[in-house]
Amino acid sequence: MEKFITLTDTAVPLEIENIDTDQIIPARFLKATDKAGFGENLFKDWRFDHEGNEKEDFPLNQERYHGQLLVAGDNFGCGSSREHAAWAIKAYGFKVVVSSYFADIFKGNSLNNGLLPVQVSPEFLSELFKAIEENPQTQIKVDLENQSIKLIDKNLEEKFDIDAYKKMCLLKGFDDIDFLVSKLDQIKAFEKATNRIN
Amino acid sequence: MKKTLFDKIWDAHVVESIPNGPDILYIDKHLIHEVTSPQAFQELKDRNIPVFRPDKTVATADHNTPTENQHLPVKDLLSRKQLKELTQNCEENNITLYGLGHPYNGIVHVMAPELGITQPGMTMVCGDSHTSTHGAFGTIAFGIGTSQVAQVFASQSVLVQKPKKLRVNVNGKLKNGVTPKDVILYIISELGTNSGTGYFCEYAGNVFEEMSMEGRMTVCNMSIEMGARGGLIAPDQTTYDYVEGREFAPKGEAFEKLKTYWESLKTDEGATFDQEYSFDAEAIEPMVTYGTNPGMGIKISQAIPENESKSSGKALAYMGFTAGESLIDKPINYIFIGSCTNSRIEDFRIAANYIKGKQKAKNVNALIVPGSRQVAAQIEAEGLHTIFEEAGFQLRQPGCSACLAMNDDKIPAGEYCVSTSNRNFEGRQGQGSRTILASPLTAAATAIAGKIVDYTQNLN
Repeated sequence: MEKFITLTDTAVPLEIENIDTDQIIPARFLKATDKAGFGENLFKDWRFDHEGNEKEDFPLNQERYHGQLLVAGDNFGCGSSREHAAWAIKAYGFKVVVSSYFADIFKGNSLNNGLLPVQVSPEFLSELFKAIEENPQTQIKVDLENQSIKLIDKNLEEKFDIDAYKKMCLLKGFDDIDFLVSKLDQIKAFEKATNRIN
Repeated sequence: MKKTLFDKIWDAHVVESIPNGPDILYIDKHLIHEVTSPQAFQELKDRNIPVFRPDKTVATADHNTPTENQHLPVKDLLSRKQLKELTQNCEENNITLYGLGHPYNGIVHVMAPELGITQPGMTMVCGDSHTSTHGAFGTIAFGIGTSQVAQVFASQSVLVQKPKKLRVNVNGKLKNGVTPKDVILYIISELGTNSGTGYFCEYAGNVFEEMSMEGRMTVCNMSIEMGARGGLIAPDQTTYDYVEGREFAPKGEAFEKLKTYWESLKTDEGATFDQEYSFDAEAIEPMVTYGTNPGMGIKISQAIPENESKSSGKALAYMGFTAGESLIDKPINYIFIGSCTNSRIEDFRIAANYIKGKQKAKNVNALIVPGSRQVAAQIEAEGLHTIFEEAGFQLRQPGCSACLAMNDDKIPAGEYCVSTSNRNFEGRQGQGSRTILASPLTAAATAIAGKIVDYTQNLN
């Protein structure tokens, strides 16, 4: 897995609440059997109309917004467990998603793919939206080691929570499969002690 | 220490707790399907890791399968390739697959319970958020992403932080015409779509105790729609009677021994929850949704509430509704009875009972999709197929179908569909489609009337 340590960049704002994984990647694109190519279908039906033309009012289509941070409304990633949503966001070029709330499964999927979900307070989230609206070039710094997110120009900073184990995984680029395989002896002992194998 | 039902099952499955980190949770049954497993198999192949306990995984094909002519090769090439990879992956890794056409094939959350694969006290996972369905048996069951599917393949375990505990109590007497689907839609409309995030939810109270297993599955199925990773109901005689005698359920002495254990799976008197809500059964009426998330629901007799938020305005604009209006008498051209929420035999009995002797309205396209081959066989055995066909409903072959419209069963753009599925997200049932979630009874009544009606007026 790709490491994540710090990132300073501009952000794309998506001021919509309850963005579900069906919007992030519609089900008709889930027929692929590998992880490649989901980026082009990210937010497909919000980015393009039925004829395939770009919708001008959607922030991802607006030139003034760019960057590796996606800042979204409350309860981001609800709905389906499809990890394709995290793959699509990552493949599009985002490395951090900021919201005031993340759905559980999406959060786990992101962390398993080196995409950092940063949960901030509703107040800090509205500061972010305001700052990006005022100046789309505004720089935001995310520091995983210090668990902080900062609006550089305004010198506004907030700390965020992350599971200590997951933080270590991201900083070092480790993943859960490596860890669990290293625990197979304990797992076998558990199976034996609880009569789970014949 | 006093423990909840959830604690009892969870604690019995912890291999190790990582200090300041997640638990290694042992998984008794892993269910897989064609859409969220291929990349996990590939991950293992790339790392040269074998599937650790292939006998604890069961596969089915459901999300991406046609509901017509299942005996013929699948037309859509990408779907066919995905199904073929599932078959190959299962063969290479010695995993049991109930593929298209197998008598046990069906929607993963319908086939596993009806085969007795789902049992009380187990931990179960699947790369599908509606895995919460199996909680109806007093099981810790939750949806996982594909990276976690690979973890389970590699170690029969997942790394997961123990969730907080929530209890939702519903007591009292349900009104005539109020079904389990209405109960869960009501709960979600009251609590919202993220009230359960971070929690596992226990449903308690006489309303759930009196429900059939089918009804309990409908309720637990939609736990994820309020954000909860899973929902569960304490096992009781109804549960044991359902499980006993099923294909993969323990038999004879083994069953009795397990039953003694299952009887201990109840929340201790005085055990504490992090959050608790209580509702009065009498307050619940048949429910419909009016927006683009399952929390945007109203009683069928109510008007769409005023809400000035940007997101609510966006949802109403998408649906073509305005605040203050009622959905009664809205013309509807599509209804869908199916999905892992409502495609079990009881759902079709309820629908058929209402439809019997009536005709669907001319404007309506009515789709009935059983949850499994076994449900389809039961529909025939009970003669329900004749009722559906004579009323002008299309009875299809099993699968997820128009719930997520990965196959050809799509609702056209701009059209409303009264659907017994679980999600009314934008475009969920096809690009531009507009979903109104409801119970099988409401969907059946809509099909007959050609519009949304308050059928409770006509019930005895």
